[in-house]
Amino acid sequence: MTAAAPKPALPGSLNANRLLSQWIGFDKSGRVSIRPGKVEIGQGIVTALAQIAADELDVAFERIDMQPATTATSPNEGVTSGSRSVTESGMALRHACAAARQIFLSVTAQRTGVPLDRIEVVDGRFIGPSGEIGSYWADADTGLLACEAPAKVKIKSAAERSIAGTTVARIDLPDKVFGLPRFIHDLRLPGMIFARVVRPATRGARLVEAPEAPAGCSLVIDGNFVAVAADTEATADAAATKLAARIRWDERDTLPEQTEMRAFLRASPAEKLTLADQPGRAAPTQTLRTQFYRPYLSHASIGVCCAVARFADDRLEVWSHSQSIFLLRKDLARVLGLPIEAVTVHHREGAGCYGHNGADDVALDASLVARAHPGSPVRLQWSRADELGWSPFSSAMLVEIEAGVDAKGDLVDWKHEVFSNGHLLRPGNFDSPSLLAAAELATPFEAPIAQNPPLASGGGADRNAFPIYRTGGLTLDIHRLLDMPIRVSSLRGLGAMVNVLAIEATMDELAATAGRDPVEYRLTHLDDQRAKDVIEAVVAMAGPRPAAPPDGYGRGLAFARYKGTSAYCAVVAEIEAEEQVRVRRLWIAADAGEVINPEGAAHQIEGGAVQACSFALKEAVTFDRRGITSNAWETYQILRFEDVPQVMTQLLPRPDLPPVGVGECATGPTVAAIANAIHDALGVRPRTMPFTADNLSLDMGNAP
Amino acid sequence: MTAFYLNGTTVSVDLPADTPLLTAIRNELALFGSRFGCGAEQCGSCMMLIDGQAEFSCTRPLDSVAGRDVITVEGLGTPEHPHPLQQAFLAEQAGQCGYCLSGMLISAAALLSANPQPDEAEVRTALNRNLCRCGAHNRIVRAVLRAADQLRDTP
Ligand code: FES
Ligand code: FES
Repeated sequence: MTAAAPKPALPGSLNANRLLSQWIGFDKSGRVSIRPGKVEIGQGIVTALAQIAADELDVAFERIDMQPATTATSPNEGVTSGSRSVTESGMALRHACAAARQIFLSVTAQRTGVPLDRIEVVDGRFIGPSGEIGSYWADADTGLLACEAPAKVKIKSAAERSIAGTTVARIDLPDKVFGLPRFIHDLRLPGMIFARVVRPATRGARLVEAPEAPAGCSLVIDGNFVAVAADTEATADAAATKLAARIRWDERDTLPEQTEMRAFLRASPAEKLTLADQPGRAAPTQTLRTQFYRPYLSHASIGVCCAVARFADDRLEVWSHSQSIFLLRKDLARVLGLPIEAVTVHHREGAGCYGHNGADDVALDASLVARAHPGSPVRLQWSRADELGWSPFSSAMLVEIEAGVDAKGDLVDWKHEVFSNGHLLRPGNFDSPSLLAAAELATPFEAPIAQNPPLASGGGADRNAFPIYRTGGLTLDIHRLLDMPIRVSSLRGLGAMVNVLAIEATMDELAATAGRDPVEYRLTHLDDQRAKDVIEAVVAMAGPRPAAPPDGYGRGLAFARYKGTSAYCAVVAEIEAEEQVRVRRLWIAADAGEVINPEGAAHQIEGGAVQACSFALKEAVTFDRRGITSNAWETYQILRFEDVPQVMTQLLPRPDLPPVGVGECATGPTVAAIANAIHDALGVRPRTMPFTADNLSLDMGNAP
Repeated sequence: MTAFYLNGTTVSVDLPADTPLLTAIRNELALFGSRFGCGAEQCGSCMMLIDGQAEFSCTRPLDSVAGRDVITVEGLGTPEHPHPLQQAFLAEQAGQCGYCLSGMLISAAALLSANPQPDEAEVRTALNRNLCRCGAHNRIVRAVLRAADQLRDTP
């Protein structure tokens, strides 16, 4: 027996999903179906993918119908996250669509005798020297795409593209502006029943005795999992409120002291990973030690998590706003003891999603209730308190840097140490299912401890821990906690937010200590021209400081290349520090290679930057020894209209360079630029997020 | 039985008097544009115009709108006959996930009828009760100002 020759590598997710018909379909009526496995999470990806497809097929953008992903038929594209969708799905679709075009054209050339290079494609019609000789629609039913994508296809050059690279209106926005049903929350199926979950009073609490079902409701109790279902949502809601007040739980202290988190992060059992260990290039004449702390953060979506599930004939069908429907399917099958083929997960849009929130967890909640009500579709929606109290958070983090410089102030050595839980708890990744309710059942599954994604996918706690600067020596130690008192997973940028803050605030401080200009100081330590370009671009955008700045005025700059491999982004923040810090203006320059939808990309960057202001100034998950206390908007505050700064964004044109996502590139630099601006205004180096008046006076007191 | 005007037509709903208006409109009347975000008057996703005022509908008992005039985002305009605000939101691409937008549109509609020519600060103040997590704020403000301009130019 001889081994089959390995298949040639194909771009992005096409490599693992090689069948063209899985991605593209033509319809006799002149429509094109595009079926990515990536999903819309509010970032506009579906529009960008449609642009790529329309361009490569040479059809009008309006002909494209983007199909929602489903485990039943869509290509398995893993997780929609980490700004990887354009790279993985976009490049797969570009290749697949170019292949489809090529196949249709060669069949037409053969049939008509018209040479390939004399056929033009005009909005899906194939035009020869003497007129139309075919179209995608004419050959729609011929099964031409029932084949694997060839390795060699001719992709359009940047100059040949006419749709990708231009600003196109978001496909999904009209429905949302006119209030048409589009979200998972709006899905109604015949015979649907409504359910709510009643989570334990606090973390690790145990049900003392099973309550009685309120009138008109049915109860589903399995261990510490309690849910209630009724014919109407109002009945289920009222019952859940009543039950929450009535049920007795055996509670205990399982959480650390909120005020002792730094010590907790340092002292907890951890797995240490040394990612770099190069000695310094010389003995430093001076050493700067800095430390940065960020509390747990919440996704805090405006919508609450929701899922619909139907269990019938030993099969489970689920509608979910999960970012990873295939991985969710795996964990649902494991918890319910079903073969994986018996579970289907369809994606439906949810509210903005900034990482692994409770979307997967609520899908299990709904499935457990559905199993107890065979045949009835069950819609289960979380409350705001469930959302802010039980969604996975982003881990609290501590980052310490020790930077050694020579007599001129240039770097000779750099040590960076991170203490954090892992940043990945997505379903389907562990020996045991990681869904919230799995550990609450009477026969519980062991709750896995968050891992860090591998460095090849950008890492987790270590994301952006590698400084882009020439540091001389470099030591990089990551301590991943082996206890997880508060359940955490992935939130926008993972560890990048704190690592970038730490690096950029330290660079700023080093420059100041050496009496050097922070821009010059960074440029001196950079070799990468694209990095220098965005820094210079943002400096030019921001212009000179005002001649007569108001009291409390400050400006700061920060920069990072997301994940070390993705988009470059430099930010200048302008703030006013009165009783509280207010960010007035942000200037942002970014380089994300080829940009598919320039306005869409600018909007995503801007959204990320505004959210970063919120993280920087306002947000912290609070808790006592038993449970989360920030489970309402009153106690988990986010930035509001009156506090949102003006944001000016510029994307450097790089049409010939590979496209990378932009959703996360501004987060770290924005937080760091604000920290540097605070120092400029007040002379204090912010070390504790969020940068509230209380934390700033703490940092002022701790200053050496 | 509670009867009221919904987007210009009379409706009557046979639900307990204390059913939240939001739940009644979404589930009973199948208008899904108004969204649930918190159920506690803290986010604005559920806003409706009640007798012309932008109000939270998530805590509002159904019987309290008996005989009143209720307008949801669907009542502002349709794809065929869009409200100037809806046009402006699309022109400015004001929205990321879009979950907050119905509440924004309703708040903005109330503002423009009380103050047809607001400046930027007034728009921000009027929308300050409405939360957006995606950071679409500045585009939303621009869209409201654009709609105000358009309403002024086409009386
Ligand atoms: S849902 Fe009514 S204010 Fe949040
Ligand atoms: S656009 Fe997502 S919450 Fe506003």
